[in-house]
Amino acid sequence: MKFTCLSKGGGFHFSPCHMLNVSGFRILLDCPLDLSSLALFSPVPVAHQAHESLDTDSVIRKKQKIEKTLDANDLVHAEPWYKTVKNLHLWDASFIDVVLISSPMGMLGLPFLTRTRDFSAKIYVTEASARIGQLLMEDLVSMHMELRQFYGPEDSCFPQWMRWEELEVLPSELRKIALGKDCEELGAWMPLYSAVDVKDCMRKVQTLKYAEEACYNGTLIVKAFSSGLEIGTCNWTINGPKKNIAYISSSIFVSMHAMDFDFLGLRGNDLIIYSDFSSLDKNMENDDTYFDPVTSSSGRDDVSNLEEMAASLLKDDESAEEIEKLVFICACALDSVRVGGSVLVPIDRLGVVLCLLEQMSLLLESSSLKVPIYIISSVAEELLAFTNIIPEWVCKQRQEKLFSGEPLFAHVKLIKERKIHVFPAVHSPELLTNWQEPCVVFCPNWSLRLGPVVHLLRHWCSDPNSLLVLESGVDADIALLPFKPMAMKVLQCSFLSGLSLQKVQPLLKILQPKLVLFPKDLSCKIQISEANMIFLFSENETLRIPSSKESTDIDIATDLASKFRWKTFKQETITRLEGELFMDHGKHRLLSGFQPANSKQQRPLVHWGSPDVKVLLTELSKMGISGTIKQVTDDAKSEDDAKSENAAAIIDIHDPEKALIDVRETDHIKISIQIIHGREFILYT
Amino acid sequence: MFDCGMHMGYTDSRRYPDFSLISNTGDFDNALTCVVVTHFHLDHIGALPYFTEVCGYKGPIYMTYPTKALAPLMLEDYRKNMDRRGEDEQFTSDHITECMKKVIPVDLKQTVQVDKDLQIRAYYAGHVIGAAMFYAKVGDAAMVYTGDYNMTPDRHLGAAQIDRLQLDLVITESTYATTIRDSRYGREREFLKAVHTCIAAGGKVLIPTFALGRAQELCILLEDYWERMNLKVPIYFSAGLTIQANMYYKMLINWTSQKIKETYATRNAFDFKNVRNFDRSLINAPGPCVLFATPGMIVGGFSLEVFMQWAPSEMNLVTLPGYCVAGTIGHKLMSGKPTKIDLDKDTQIDVRCQIHQLSFSPHTDAKGIMDLVKFLSPKHAILVHGEKPKMATLKERIQSELGIPCYCPANNETVTVPSTHYVKADASETFIRSCLNPNFKFSTYSSVDKSYLDSKYSKAASGLQVSDERVAEGILVVEKGKKAKVIHQDELLLMLGDKKHEVQFAYCFPMHTERLQKTRTEELPSADTLLCDLDKCTLINQLSMKLSNELSDANILDLGEQLQVESFRVSICSKNSCPHRLSHSVHNDSESVFLCCHWSLRDEKLAWKIISIMKSSSPHTT
Repeated sequence: MKFTCLSKGGGFHFSPCHMLNVSGFRILLDCPLDLSSLALFSPVPVAHQAHESLDTDSVIRKKQKIEKTLDANDLVHAEPWYKTVKNLHLWDASFIDVVLISSPMGMLGLPFLTRTRDFSAKIYVTEASARIGQLLMEDLVSMHMELRQFYGPEDSCFPQWMRWEELEVLPSELRKIALGKDCEELGAWMPLYSAVDVKDCMRKVQTLKYAEEACYNGTLIVKAFSSGLEIGTCNWTINGPKKNIAYISSSIFVSMHAMDFDFLGLRGNDLIIYSDFSSLDKNMENDDTYFDPVTSSSGRDDVSNLEEMAASLLKDDESAEEIEKLVFICACALDSVRVGGSVLVPIDRLGVVLCLLEQMSLLLESSSLKVPIYIISSVAEELLAFTNIIPEWVCKQRQEKLFSGEPLFAHVKLIKERKIHVFPAVHSPELLTNWQEPCVVFCPNWSLRLGPVVHLLRHWCSDPNSLLVLESGVDADIALLPFKPMAMKVLQCSFLSGLSLQKVQPLLKILQPKLVLFPKDLSCKIQISEANMIFLFSENETLRIPSSKESTDIDIATDLASKFRWKTFKQETITRLEGELFMDHGKHRLLSGFQPANSKQQRPLVHWGSPDVKVLLTELSKMGISGTIKQVTDDAKSEDDAKSENAAAIIDIHDPEKALIDVRETDHIKISIQIIHGREFILYT
Repeated sequence: MFDCGMHMGYTDSRRYPDFSLISNTGDFDNALTCVVVTHFHLDHIGALPYFTEVCGYKGPIYMTYPTKALAPLMLEDYRKNMDRRGEDEQFTSDHITECMKKVIPVDLKQTVQVDKDLQIRAYYAGHVIGAAMFYAKVGDAAMVYTGDYNMTPDRHLGAAQIDRLQLDLVITESTYATTIRDSRYGREREFLKAVHTCIAAGGKVLIPTFALGRAQELCILLEDYWERMNLKVPIYFSAGLTIQANMYYKMLINWTSQKIKETYATRNAFDFKNVRNFDRSLINAPGPCVLFATPGMIVGGFSLEVFMQWAPSEMNLVTLPGYCVAGTIGHKLMSGKPTKIDLDKDTQIDVRCQIHQLSFSPHTDAKGIMDLVKFLSPKHAILVHGEKPKMATLKERIQSELGIPCYCPANNETVTVPSTHYVKADASETFIRSCLNPNFKFSTYSSVDKSYLDSKYSKAASGLQVSDERVAEGILVVEKGKKAKVIHQDELLLMLGDKKHEVQFAYCFPMHTERLQKTRTEELPSADTLLCDLDKCTLINQLSMKLSNELSDANILDLGEQLQVESFRVSICSKNSCPHRLSHSVHNDSESVFLCCHWSLRDEKLAWKIISIMKSSSPHTT
């Protein structure tokens, strides 16, 4: 088995991406887009000014690389391109056999792959992820189309900003986005796929339910298990004839919206690929108020009982903390609304938005403020309707709502009561007639470069009473650059987006893998006791993992096995196999099949062992053949003969006819026969 | 235990299954690993609260999400009716709640590991929302229990879907064991026409039905029709129950047919536009209307109340489901055309209204059952949920047409079915790798195999036969106390720690050159009597020709100084005393030449045949 980490991703919206070689199949794990690099581009409204200010002065200043604080003019004023996984284009897409997608975010780059020629891989996605992912992609395409209307069609396939001289004059922060740390990521940029590409891509996707078995090529069985991160997200198990692998993506034990992390489903696998980098992102933000340093989990080690341990993993109060965050955001929003400011929430985490909607409307109701909540997105209506028809994918508490006949999420009721308004775009006529400020607006995109958020942010950025709620992980300085000067309040908030490090150790204890693939970047922050069974991986480095099993299991049908003709030796009993070998669901099965009647006789006999001349002679005499042993042979001089008595010998047969049996160390018996009238020699060795 | 239903025809203890057959002591938790319920109809779930709350079963219960959501409505409705009829209550409302808490919901195709050995999986069955066929596997033994299913899609549900599985047993329902149904569209048109004629004339339509399933299906049908025909006549749902049920249907829209599913974003198909709530004051309100009233089959309750009011008018219409249990008013209406129905001793209803029988059913017909059994091709089949004589007919068909042993056991009867078992072995890398590549052997058919004489095989019988040697190159080795091992034949000796040895035969015999010369002169006029090197070749060449005449299908290689057929080699012996030669070799004259033959054991027969051919060409045989 070979494993290569193509990218460790970055944050919730940019999943890690890996390539896995197992049982001769090449498996790609996730295919995300790095939307944070959209920050490089300027959203439309400033583009106009930029062209004016592009005088010789500024060019000279740029060339001289005089460091100054960034301003909106430094951004690239062009139709944005999109950054894919940087190392993925180094691989031939046509050699990929299987693609496993673990979250809606992990499939945003998929149309780039599916539209390449000769791409023939089977793509497995959970049903809910596929639907949400499709809507995200469609939204991305429609937002991009809107932006493109301002720039007009691209005249060449190689945009101006990608020229080296242009890239060179970029300020260092932006150059890092464009080229990456080591100046090698320029190849990852792509112009966005079209709506047709998305449709095409979705046609190639095979959707699965949680814990549904999908069999690839009769050899690999892949299963998705809930990861708790978001509705439809999953971890994978890949079972081949010789390997059982579990892939753990960012997971959350107890979720407020999605089905809980089903870690028990991952048990019984030899190898675990741990690919939850979320704690890495957490540590980078030092100002994160919700960050709690990783403490040693020694106190928990004495919990020996697995069930107790599993329960303790689920018990931890991370979700309570998450609710507190939501309440805090809502309280801040309420403060803004009270003083006449509006609240803009460009958060693109479906689960968080759904919970926030419930909290927000609850709070607004109790405060008796008549403030409308708007949701503006081309796919919002469908997305909201979708979230209410998927009881199989949501957390236990919400499933209970189904069983008591209530809607899964409160927004259904709120929309009906016209407390929440859903519009496809900022310019839709319904919005214009309903618009009322102050208000609370949920809209994409979190990068602040695309979608309705751009217009609204321009509208409110100078209002000190208004509030912008951002996800952490967004580089606020660069993101807000086009909207400066900002008078608007900004609240940046981190949400739980993966396992906390202190839970890794107990989790591994429950799963009991023989081997763990663990990110090198995280290894220094955690102590895993069984250090010998851990392989550390880092980006773009291929790990070879030795096979744990020497042999393959084979199942032989009992009705076939009972027909075998056995031969018994000193210790072993052997038989030649019959029947037909099938490969089904990763299992080798030998079943009775059509056997031509005459095939057995054709097979030559195999003789082995060292023949004992004396025994041979007695056996022969029993059959009425007599002879004498002539010890000396032509090869008598050789040392081997002296050592082993009966290795080389010649037997003279006198009766009934003359014959000669020559037994030699070179492992063959030579029989010279004068005449044998149809008589067969049977040799016992 | 698959399903835990009740018999609708009985009101005493016979309505429940005889649970004592599972355990005499009532220790159901140890006797059962789990209970699996296929769908929410009472004949499949009716006894569940009784079993868990009264009998005390505490183990896991599995059902699909819609079944878990809708079953309590069904059970509650039934319990209320029991109550109303004054029967002794077998379980309470709390019992239902408590019972449903124990249910673990499953999604379609989700593979659930119930315990160490048992694995179950649900497949879409059509029939009603959430209906599932269940696959169960223990070790190597696997089976499918279909529950009720429908092989053709209806207005709101898709057709049953299942994977091709390796099964020891299929237990299938057989409600329509002998019926073959035609297209449902004609029947739907009939129903709509009947309804339309009635309301056009100002009549009232009563559709007695259960709150779930049929009500939604007919309502989708009517909504669609209302829209097309631009009708404004109100459609009523009797109790809040059906309206509430629609709420569930909206959330569970993913379990309906593809067409309905796609409406979720724009307008959920279960958001009925023309449907209103009904209340008692409307019973005798003037004007036409359509009313869905529970319970179905008019066993009592509200549908009976309305029926009593509406039955005496010729303008009104009552539509009845395709199947009514004997003893119900529905059954009486369907059998013949009664003008009067005695409700009890004192009450008599005048029946003058029209009766329409819905002839579409959510059950599969005989063709569907045959199709499913054929598709799954299990090793055994069992028929349940049908009428005895019809089941016997279907059983015969399954056995004769599909060649699958089939049983239809009576209640309390036990059927034993053998299951598949596999012997586990470890296969070596070499064997597996050699199995990846085809290793065909071609040979001609010498005899016609009688078993393959019939049908299409008869042609193949005379001709080239292709056999694949891949598996036959494997050797199974069993050693005491060790796991059985499969290895490739080349690995056997290595494994046994022994060396292979070859058995070779050698035979050196004289051949008279006179004779040879003679033959030679016949064929080659320019003869030479001296045996030089060149001559050896000619001799070998001649033998080769001779052999190729006699052995038509052997591959004879003429290598100049020697001749080779398979492992048999013959050359002219130049040694004076060959150890393989006759010691009392008589002829020592220069006229005769010695042919030295070598062959290995496997070509023994061939060797002797060749030798005899060669000898026959020489004058002396000894």
